[in-house]
Amino acid sequence: MKKLINAPEDVVVEALRGMAAAHPQHLRVDTANRIVYRATPAAPGKVALISGGGSGHEPLHGGFVGPGMLDAAIAGEVFTSPVPDQVVEATRRADTGAGVVHIVKNYTGDVMNFEMAAEIAAAETGVEVVSVITDDDVAVQDSLYTAGRRGVGVTVLAEKIAGAAAEQGRPLHEVADVVRRVNENGRSMGMALTSCTVPAAGRPTFDLPEHEMEIGVGIHGEPGRRRVPLAPAKEVAAMLLEPILEDLRTAVGDTKDVIAFVNGMGATPLLELYLMYGEVSALLAKAGVNVVRSLVGPYITSLDMAGCSVTLLRVDDDLVRLWDAPVNTPGLRWGA
Amino acid sequence: MSEIVDVTTLRSWLIRFAGDVEEHAAELTELDSAIGDADHGSNLARGMKAVVSVLADDSTPPSIGPMLKQSGMALVSTVGGASGPLYGTFFLRMATAAGECDALGPDSLAAAFRAGLEGVVARGKASAGDKTMLDALIPAVDAFEAALGEGKPFGDAIRAAADAAEAGRDATTGLLARKGRASYLGERSVGHQDPGATSTALLFRAAATTMIDGEDGK
Repeated sequence: MKKLINAPEDVVVEALRGMAAAHPQHLRVDTANRIVYRATPAAPGKVALISGGGSGHEPLHGGFVGPGMLDAAIAGEVFTSPVPDQVVEATRRADTGAGVVHIVKNYTGDVMNFEMAAEIAAAETGVEVVSVITDDDVAVQDSLYTAGRRGVGVTVLAEKIAGAAAEQGRPLHEVADVVRRVNENGRSMGMALTSCTVPAAGRPTFDLPEHEMEIGVGIHGEPGRRRVPLAPAKEVAAMLLEPILEDLRTAVGDTKDVIAFVNGMGATPLLELYLMYGEVSALLAKAGVNVVRSLVGPYITSLDMAGCSVTLLRVDDDLVRLWDAPVNTPGLRWGA
Repeated sequence: MSEIVDVTTLRSWLIRFAGDVEEHAAELTELDSAIGDADHGSNLARGMKAVVSVLADDSTPPSIGPMLKQSGMALVSTVGGASGPLYGTFFLRMATAAGECDALGPDSLAAAFRAGLEGVVARGKASAGDKTMLDALIPAVDAFEAALGEGKPFGDAIRAAADAAEAGRDATTGLLARKGRASYLGERSVGHQDPGATSTALLFRAAATTMIDGEDGK
């Protein structure tokens, strides 16, 4: 393992300390509770939006804290969900009196810890919490897997779009509904060229031979649906897009206008991500799908894994307007 | 009903379990790396270490309910992942069922185990055969109740629970995972023993050892 770290057990706190030092005008970091929150809290009456999960997916979630997006983010150990105490503290701190939306990726640990946190918050703080779970990964749609789909790329889009809705002053249940709409209309699929290496484990999570790739990989390097021989980007784009489009059309109907998101898993350069976007965009044009907005880059990563994921979000005018609204965070910024 | 499991014994059980988890941490993590995310041993060891330090803070142990509640909260607050809420909920529900008392009879202990089990089922939304800790926990609690129901002595009943947990643990190897991260492996999860069922088997072996043989388990 070759990593720029001091000691594996200090990685999360030291990274948070670095974030605080790098963005003093934007962020404050509570290293004891491992919470990233806005340097300038939102005005009273704005619904608070918080999210969190295991560390190792940066800029998700801490990098998306700021005006137009999240109010606070909670960091767990690497690839391990935060504990309820952290989530309760972030909830209490982010609430302006208008309630708090928790955006939770559908991973067993995240779901249970946020669920316990919401119960404790309701009982002990009186803050109104609505939790919405994202589960957009078509790789694990088989009904046998009752844990359900995983929550991956759509989480980034949901945080941006719902963040704008909250900033507009929409009430708690409407903001939560925006998250649900984004989740229902978004689908993702990922692939890996190499494994990631968790600092505490010290070695790659899985072995992937030089000439193979994993299709349907998750954001913790957990295996996908199948291993196939390495193929040109053009074919990879088709392997990822076909199940996404098929699922969207079956589940929500005609898919005309979309936001297309090509995400890097951490170790794949932008050169390759743009190349992939070119293939994705060509295939979408051929399929009669109109890309109204796009996002390309590493936004929900898996440490040092090489690979990418594709997310398509079916949009209407309201969602596009919310997408275009100003956002000012370390990880995503425009119009502000 | 004789009251044979007192607060000191239950405390010894938790401390013994903590030691066993520490001892087997590398093995639990190794099992988890095959089908999960390679942190069950280190996460649970961190949580049980917190439980032991909470218990060590009390020179005079509180009654059973509060002690189990403190232990459950220590787990929930330090572990994260799935095992924190699941093991934490097990002890929290046991605490509620036991209430404020200094000792439990066999039937009260059985009721507390049952309440803990139901908490884990509710929290994890899993059932028997999903290749989770429940595949050790359900047979253990069933065996304990069955042995008591047949009029067997307490020692035999708690030993039967530990044996059933271990048999359940062994049987997870052939199962297909349907819950948690292992579920994403599908068929590839078959052939690996479940780490959660493995730690639950340790929990019931520790119960048998401390509750039959006394404080130091010897």
